[in-house]
Amino acid sequence: MAGSILGNRVLRKEDPKFLTTGGVYVDDLSSEPLLVGALHATFIRSTVAHANIVSIDTSEALESPGVVAIYTAADLGLEPVAATFNPTAKRTLLASGKVRYVGEPVAVVLTRLANQGEDAAEKVIIDYDTLEVLIDIEQAMTSSTHIYEECGSNVVFDSTAIGMPDNTGDAMFADCEVVVKGRYVNQRVAPCPLEVRASAAAWDNEGRLIQWMSTQHAQGARDTIQTSNGLEAGQMRIITPDVGGGFGAKIGAYPEELVLGAVAKKAGVPIRWLETRSESMTALGHGRAQIQYVTIGGTKAGKVTAYQMHVLQDSGAWVDIGAILAPFMTRPMASGVYDIPKIEVRTTSIATNTTPVVAYRGAGRPEATAAIERAMDMFAAEIGKDAAEVRRINLIPKFLDPHSTTIGQTYDVGDYEESLNRVLAAADYTKLRSEQAARRASGNVKQLGIGVSVYVEITAGNSSGESAKIEVTQDGRAVVYTGTSPHGQGHVTAWAMIASDTTGIPMDKIDVVWGDTDLVPKGGGTMGSRSLQQGGVAVHVAAGELVEQARKHAARLLEANEEDVVFDKASAAFHVAGTPAVAKSWADLSIALANDGGLIQETDYVSQGATFPFGAHVSVVEVDTETGQVKLLRHVACDDAGKVLNPLLLEGQIHGGIAQGAAQALLEEVRYDGDGNPITSNFADYAFISAAELPSFEVIHMETPTPRNPLGAKGIGESGTIGSTPAVQSAVIDALAHLGVRHIDMPTTAERVWFEIQKHK
Amino acid sequence: MKVSITVNGKKSEHDVEPRTLLVHYVRENLGLTGTNIGCDTSSCGACTVHLNGEAVKSCTILAAQADGCSVDTIEGLSKDGVMHPMQQAFMENHGLQCGYCTPGMVMAAIGLLNENPHPTEEDVRLGLEGNLCRCTGYHNIVKSVLAAAK
Repeated sequence: MAGSILGNRVLRKEDPKFLTTGGVYVDDLSSEPLLVGALHATFIRSTVAHANIVSIDTSEALESPGVVAIYTAADLGLEPVAATFNPTAKRTLLASGKVRYVGEPVAVVLTRLANQGEDAAEKVIIDYDTLEVLIDIEQAMTSSTHIYEECGSNVVFDSTAIGMPDNTGDAMFADCEVVVKGRYVNQRVAPCPLEVRASAAAWDNEGRLIQWMSTQHAQGARDTIQTSNGLEAGQMRIITPDVGGGFGAKIGAYPEELVLGAVAKKAGVPIRWLETRSESMTALGHGRAQIQYVTIGGTKAGKVTAYQMHVLQDSGAWVDIGAILAPFMTRPMASGVYDIPKIEVRTTSIATNTTPVVAYRGAGRPEATAAIERAMDMFAAEIGKDAAEVRRINLIPKFLDPHSTTIGQTYDVGDYEESLNRVLAAADYTKLRSEQAARRASGNVKQLGIGVSVYVEITAGNSSGESAKIEVTQDGRAVVYTGTSPHGQGHVTAWAMIASDTTGIPMDKIDVVWGDTDLVPKGGGTMGSRSLQQGGVAVHVAAGELVEQARKHAARLLEANEEDVVFDKASAAFHVAGTPAVAKSWADLSIALANDGGLIQETDYVSQGATFPFGAHVSVVEVDTETGQVKLLRHVACDDAGKVLNPLLLEGQIHGGIAQGAAQALLEEVRYDGDGNPITSNFADYAFISAAELPSFEVIHMETPTPRNPLGAKGIGESGTIGSTPAVQSAVIDALAHLGVRHIDMPTTAERVWFEIQKHK
Repeated sequence: MKVSITVNGKKSEHDVEPRTLLVHYVRENLGLTGTNIGCDTSSCGACTVHLNGEAVKSCTILAAQADGCSVDTIEGLSKDGVMHPMQQAFMENHGLQCGYCTPGMVMAAIGLLNENPHPTEEDVRLGLEGNLCRCTGYHNIVKSVLAAAK
């Protein structure tokens, strides 16, 4: 549209604060009146992976400097609560009876100063009677030791139990000329937002619980924490200050946040809590953690005709959202961008004595893409064809009307081949292959690997819409209230652009409010790449309705017929057609309505369904065949997220996504020893990817608007991760393909790659 | 024990426990919460400040060790409402998202350019290895630092 700000590279409104004084995160709240006199909570955590609790002795710890109180589950009268996704499984928020993973909170110590808690916590003596520890999901699946005895099994969720068909086995591949099987480990990783979890709880004079929290979804947290504290609607308020990253792990409320209100009530004072990074690495949920048994079959010419997968999803020591991502996110996206006539997927989620698994950037879709892309590579290798070419043979042709896959997912729009063409051209694929051939021919120590992935994912698949409210103040400014919840994505800028584009109010006169449930009672939060296509669209719709509402008021003030009143966006004022000199500004209208509730427009935007961003990535690595060391040389990404609102923000999301995907492919893995002790429980041990291990990325634009919302926008928050992970992994394997290497599990560390090279010497 | 530290040009004096880290001194004694804490192993660099003009992780220094020194934090960078060229470069190149690593990243980047005013991309990447960011994939951070070096 002419004169529109939408689609422009607009710098972020929120940046000056972050760059000059820094954001205000939960732990930075120093002058909050309700938190005066707060005690500091430190959780005492299980040091063993699976054990019955024999006794808890707090006597010595109570003598530790600054200690005011120590509470266990019994002290707080905590009752067992059922898991949402498997109500048979029950636990107390502070462990009672038994502990199920290292890091599980068992008790909480309250101290006057923050740094006194850790000293005191070490003096609490918990006597454990240890039980068999189950870390390996396949071992846990068949073990007679049950982590939740009441479940009678460690299988806590299975797709067949909710009516999804079971796999039929090898019979499905009877008519295939070529059949390839694989077992892929999509390893457990840690989300690692730079800000760890923090929360503060206070009861006000009216008996309401006010809780500050580093969360992606204040309204969701309000509902669960309210229930957890036995409160009625209206008795709870969540306030979200700045949030230092989430990546899915801060969607839900965890035991520490659920119990903080009860702790504050019992202590009779406000409570502040901040975890350490080492705590966070075991107590903030982990991501991925699947083992995938895959069979792919087809013709020697390269047509894939059948695909079957059994996903074993590690649920960790609770039945959190991680347990249901496999059936509801991995399974429906299993065939990805390919037209595969026969497909079957079963998912089985299994409890283990590890940190519970939750959503992590992509949440089930990266796993689906990793599996099919690995299978495509192995199928291509088996028939001796180029991996990009085999993909092209099997792609769903371009469609602009909804397309349903065999497994039952309906995609909105797609042009997968075009994204593949663009990325191959940008990477100069043919030249890369010649360079690779040359290095192979010369026996170069450093071999080149080229990985290709094509993906489609589902965004905003789990929510039905979003609300927005715009209020025009008497000085002509606008305040946008949104149920989405930024933690790095740039909503303040994006929503201001959208509101400004329709109302003509300049962006610097638009404020954005989120995350305070008293100010924004309704909201779906920020997750699943939903914000722009639902929250942003809600702002867009509300802004349009606001103009129409204002036109009516202006007509009355101008004593004109409504249809004669025009809105001039450039001057942000209403006037009668032909007489622009007599105009009513937003401020005029707001002042005129001061006694009638002000000038406010509220909208509940109902989503017309999920959208399906897609793209193709090419990754180029160099593998040192003497040391196994992998260097990521290039990463080229073509991601189609529909109509782009702000390319600056879009690219930022893609870059971050690529890095996290590359991190999983190359380096990162949460590991436990056989006794269930975490051995990657801090940033010295966990291989968090740094600038030194990454190149700059090459981002290729492509826009296929979705018809499912008026902005034509799909999600972009997770695409980078989904496309990059398999491309990088594939590139590493491809570098060694001439040696006969067909698969290396992630992370493709030097050690793992070196061993694989030795096997094929 | 008593320490006297000049922070952002202003002299401060406080009684602290000997074990007090410089980062806690800056955040808790002075209320300068722009400097963040992202880990407990001196790995992430979120707490990077300048000590006598040199970038240091303020979680690896005791307040006592900074006694008599001058410390600069993110809050002291802009002058009269005008951002430092590095801050400006981060803004113009979208070098930040959630903002949590940003103060430390900016301080580290300035320290890097002080030592090497004309770095290559590789110099920047190696120079910032000790500063972790989970949002940006480092692409725009590196771009920001190279832009500020021009």
